[in-house]
Amino acid sequence: MKELSLPLKILIFLLLCIGVFLWLLPLGVAVITSFRTNDDLLMRGFLSLPKELSFRNYGAAWTRGNLNKFLPNSFIITIPSLTFTLFLSSLSAYALSKFRFRGRTIILSVFVGGMMLPFQILLLPVFKLSETIGIYDTYWALIAIHTAFQMGFCTFVLRNYMVTIPDSVTEAARIDGASEFRIYWNIMLPLVIPAMAAIATLEFTWIFNDYIWPLILVRTDRLMPVTAGLAILQGQYIMDWTVIISGALIGTIPTIFVFLFLQKYFIRGLTMGSNK
Amino acid sequence: MGLNKSRMAKLTPWYFLTIPLIIYFLWVIGPMFYTFYLSMTNWDGLSDPQFIGLKNYTKLFRDPVFFVSLKNNLIWVFSFITIPVVIGLALAMILNQSVPGSRFFKASFYSPMVLSLVVCGLVWSWLYNPAQGLLNTFFRSVGLESLAKGWLSDPDLVLGSIIAVAIWRQVGYVMILFLAGLQSVDPFLVEASKIDGCSGWKTFIHVVLPQLQPVTIVVVVISIIDSLRAFDLVSVMTRGGPFNRSSVLANFMYIVSFNNYKMGYGAAVAVILFLISFVFIMMYLSQISKEENY
Repeated sequence: MKELSLPLKILIFLLLCIGVFLWLLPLGVAVITSFRTNDDLLMRGFLSLPKELSFRNYGAAWTRGNLNKFLPNSFIITIPSLTFTLFLSSLSAYALSKFRFRGRTIILSVFVGGMMLPFQILLLPVFKLSETIGIYDTYWALIAIHTAFQMGFCTFVLRNYMVTIPDSVTEAARIDGASEFRIYWNIMLPLVIPAMAAIATLEFTWIFNDYIWPLILVRTDRLMPVTAGLAILQGQYIMDWTVIISGALIGTIPTIFVFLFLQKYFIRGLTMGSNK
Repeated sequence: MGLNKSRMAKLTPWYFLTIPLIIYFLWVIGPMFYTFYLSMTNWDGLSDPQFIGLKNYTKLFRDPVFFVSLKNNLIWVFSFITIPVVIGLALAMILNQSVPGSRFFKASFYSPMVLSLVVCGLVWSWLYNPAQGLLNTFFRSVGLESLAKGWLSDPDLVLGSIIAVAIWRQVGYVMILFLAGLQSVDPFLVEASKIDGCSGWKTFIHVVLPQLQPVTIVVVVISIIDSLRAFDLVSVMTRGGPFNRSSVLANFMYIVSFNNYKMGYGAAVAVILFLISFVFIMMYLSQISKEENY
């Protein structure tokens, strides 16, 4: 199909333009809504030209809707989770890729199988565990489950990447008498930075966008990340869609930012897990 | 010395694995098994769970909401392994050509994936809003009054309305996976079949599609697992209503456990959900181990 005729090429291009327009329409509608006032919408209908545009809804969502608290919470939860899970997965991935030992295949399968579990099978025991060890209703409850759960995917991807690094690299250091930890830290880690960057961007959006765990593990509104915070906002501003939608857009900014600037890594991360 | 060294070598992987495994077992593997036990108990979340055998399961199999949720999950699975796969593959095939602006098109189609399901649910609830939402406003303004519906309040439409949102978000992901898969399609075989006089469609069916089989299996398994996990959209858009018509197992499990405090019963729902997923997880693992043998 490489030598498409020109009319066909133009037709495909036009169809794609229509497709993309329809695909992005919901987002465009959200942006327009967020700048309008509720009265303006109620009285004149959605398809009217707005009389005035303002940032007032954003202000309402930010302060009265508490997004100024929820958004930092999301970072407080996401950044440590991401750091811990990447560090721990790189340890297990190193063991699983560079050593032959009994139980290796089983451990790898357990990590891979675990990454596909429906969360529901973990909800109740993790809720109980968090209460038992006294981290229920703290950031730590969320950091712990994200770190643990994401380890499956990260270990799988990092291990697949490390397998492609020739053993001669680590062997040479071993002969020079470097300690095992030094080999991992000074030789292996720098080599897997590309894979780390790819899964870090992906994991960032996953952890940042998670909704179910804060519902289960946090009771205090003040500690909620932005996803659960938006659900609270939805309850408070039940009739005021302009404020709810503004809040939703604020909650989206960090992941959009990651996506726009790290798009290359983001896509690489997506396909790494499925297509080595 | 030699003995010490080989014992050291045997221990080395465990030196790296111990801490990750402890955390993984405490928060993932252990809880998984503990849910099996909880599903055979009566537990309100506060006092100690009391063992009651299989009573939760017998109750579950007489609960109409369970069956509605199960049916809805299966509809979700079926929609997910057909519609996004077909659209995603078609987009991948088109965008794999030298179309002007293909980078922009790719980025646009997968951009919904970056949004959280909560945000997708909120934005679409607004589009579906019966009085002011874009969808009904549009139908009314072009004189198609009869097509303006209560998308989330009509029991017959609600499930489809929610699944449509999920599909909107999923298509870009499937497209990316197929685009990656297309990288491994042998261009020489494609050329050869063209020289042999095969039409584009025939080449696609007989040459390209067979080579996409591994990625297709991955896409299908991921789609199934994702559709069984579905929770956020339902929770934000309808909470399973009206009359449980949009309920799915994950949502049912949450409501039973955390709104009604019947956690043993909720655990039984989770186990059923797990068992269905397990079949597909196993398929995925066997696919991976097949690739591993190359």
